[in-house]
Amino acid sequence: MIAEFGHFALLCALCVCLAQVGAGLAGASPGMAGLMRVADLSARAQFFLVLIAFAALTYSFVVSDFSLAVVHANSHIAKPMVYKIAGVWGNHEGSMLLWVVILALYGAAFSWGERTMPHALHARILAVQGLMGIAFLVFLVFTSNPFSRLETAPFEGRGLTPILQDPALAAHPPLLYAGYVGFSITFSFAVAALMEGKVDRQWARWMRPWTLLAWVFLTLGIALGSYWAYYELGWGGFWFWDPVENASLMPWLAGTALLHSALVAERRGTLINWTLLLAIVTFALSLAGTFLVRSGVLTSVHAFANDPARGLFILAILALFTGGGLALYGWRAPATPTDKFQPVSREALLVANNIFLATATVTVFVGTIYPLALDALGGPKISVGAPYFNAVFAPLTIPFLVMSPLGPLLAWRHDRLLPLAARLAPAALAAVLVTLGLALSRSGTPLLALVLLGGAFWLVGGAVTDMVERVRRVKNLTQTPLLSAPVAHAGLGVMIIGIIAATAWRQELVVAAAPGDTLSIGEQSLRFDGVRERAGPNYTSEQGRLVYLDGAHTGNALLPERRFYEAERSQTTEAAITTDLAGHLYAVIGEPVDDKRVVRIWYHPFVALIWIGAFVMALGGTLGLAGRVRRPRIATRAGA
Amino acid sequence: MKQIVAFLLIGMFALPAHAIDPGEALADPALEARARSLSLEFRCLVCQNQSIDDSDAPLARDLRAMVRARLLAGDTDQNIRDAVTARYGEFVLFRPRFGGPTAILWLLPLFLLGAAGWFARSVFSRPTSSEVE
Repeated sequence: MIAEFGHFALLCALCVCLAQVGAGLAGASPGMAGLMRVADLSARAQFFLVLIAFAALTYSFVVSDFSLAVVHANSHIAKPMVYKIAGVWGNHEGSMLLWVVILALYGAAFSWGERTMPHALHARILAVQGLMGIAFLVFLVFTSNPFSRLETAPFEGRGLTPILQDPALAAHPPLLYAGYVGFSITFSFAVAALMEGKVDRQWARWMRPWTLLAWVFLTLGIALGSYWAYYELGWGGFWFWDPVENASLMPWLAGTALLHSALVAERRGTLINWTLLLAIVTFALSLAGTFLVRSGVLTSVHAFANDPARGLFILAILALFTGGGLALYGWRAPATPTDKFQPVSREALLVANNIFLATATVTVFVGTIYPLALDALGGPKISVGAPYFNAVFAPLTIPFLVMSPLGPLLAWRHDRLLPLAARLAPAALAAVLVTLGLALSRSGTPLLALVLLGGAFWLVGGAVTDMVERVRRVKNLTQTPLLSAPVAHAGLGVMIIGIIAATAWRQELVVAAAPGDTLSIGEQSLRFDGVRERAGPNYTSEQGRLVYLDGAHTGNALLPERRFYEAERSQTTEAAITTDLAGHLYAVIGEPVDDKRVVRIWYHPFVALIWIGAFVMALGGTLGLAGRVRRPRIATRAGA
Repeated sequence: MKQIVAFLLIGMFALPAHAIDPGEALADPALEARARSLSLEFRCLVCQNQSIDDSDAPLARDLRAMVRARLLAGDTDQNIRDAVTARYGEFVLFRPRFGGPTAILWLLPLFLLGAAGWFARSVFSRPTSSEVE
């Protein structure tokens, strides 16, 4: 019964969406302002309705209602409660419901929170959001209905893929979706503005906080996914350039470009067309990511045929919104303003930033799509993987790092190079000295790694310079938006330091060890004490024990596990990780070999900086938001 | 989400990735480093999106052994790439060769940077030239 309520709520939400589109579009025309209220109410009602559906599905998971196909296929009575709840989105249907909930949440948040913009623009944005709501609700109800029942209810479910039974499942999908779907609002901003035919600096000013919000979530979502893969997949890789990862990186790169171009649009009133295009493309890439992953086209070209309805439907949604958005852009994009830039100015550097980010986005896109397209067109089967992307991104990153610190320190409109050089000299000197120090102390470091590290230090140094200058100038630390950019830039630098250090200086030990053996990796010695059996809530495990023989952790033990999940007849590797300032010691146990056991230990130097850096980036974005939320109120008060 | 779900669906078919087994590594660290970096370039053909360096599959193990045997025999990296490609086709290369339909992959980033730079010219003013005029 509860499930039927959920299903009914989804259908109601679909009807409400229709009202939202109609009322939003009609309400935007003169003399129909009363209808705008309907659009607002619809957006909020839509959110409550899909929330009811979500609650119904969650309830079905919690009570293990195996008469629901999706619960039967993805849950099990013995599964811990946290994974019953998080398992709601650990499958196709539930994750698409989550997508719809977040889409409606953004619509409702926009309706509640955005009160300063012209009513017509507000109404049109709600209409476009409603249109997306229709598309995804139809997709959900007709191709991926989470509430469809089985004819006879089985006594037991098939369980959730053990590798998903991890606390990260609770946070990673909602964060990532909050990022992807957040860009729906910027898309709606662009489409609504194109419908009006009026785009100005104020428009960019209204859109930027929404872009920033989505970007912060996407940054956190990707970072958490990367960390999850790092500790779960068994050897400590943090980014694999896997197509599904690329699918999340593309909207992130485009969204980052959008943040920067919107800044130029807001301050200078130029690059408006480019900003509109980026807003459309960023969301299109979010949709493309959904399509690539949800249709199964990426895992295997043939998986598409397993579920053609879903794949084709998402492809149709993608084509409708991307094609529609781009067509509208081609038809209605305003004429380019004639205001020109000086080469030495902040906006010039922001243009350079966008050139690099756009190049990176297209490169990832083509690298991901090209093998599929070539195959589909009857060409040869090729692969594009990590070695390709690393080879292309390393040289692309160097000039990007070199110029990045310049932008924030340059004035808008026009500045001079010589004083800038003097301001940045300490940062440059520090970067060079630290890099030289590393080159001497860690011989054998590849030159490319050193250059990239130098660039990352320079980026951090530039960000610190920027921070110091801003604080000195304003002397008021409560002005958080002031520190937003330098904090985010420093975060990027820290992340790159982590990536390069962990890649260049990684150490590895793979041995078959007998209990009592001493294993050495780098300067560290450990004693292997063998393996014992252990029982978990819904699995049994083999737990190895490695005891530190020297160093700061002497006497402590690493306890890597191999878990066997009875219900799912599957196993996972649980790495044991010791964190310290300088890096992670990462241990896993493998198969038995005669009376010995395969033990793999890695030393991942400074690897934690990757996620710390990403978190600092997101913090930078949040600082920008904190100030943004305050500002419009001041404007309203001044206006009133 | 989709990220890790699809990622992990892959994981259902292959066990978690594990890199090489004990005893596989070559004694000479320089040769072993070359073996590792080459192994990362070759796709495990029976896995989903894993290099032979990451994979537990027997095919990947055989290929790793072949790479190391050829390194010991004094082959260059390019010899080995050619030999592996001759046997398994272009699909085995995670880093496509430059040439034919894959040339575009390598030229594209350069072309994009150039094209974007050229387009961006239009938003810049050149005070010196306009003053001369």
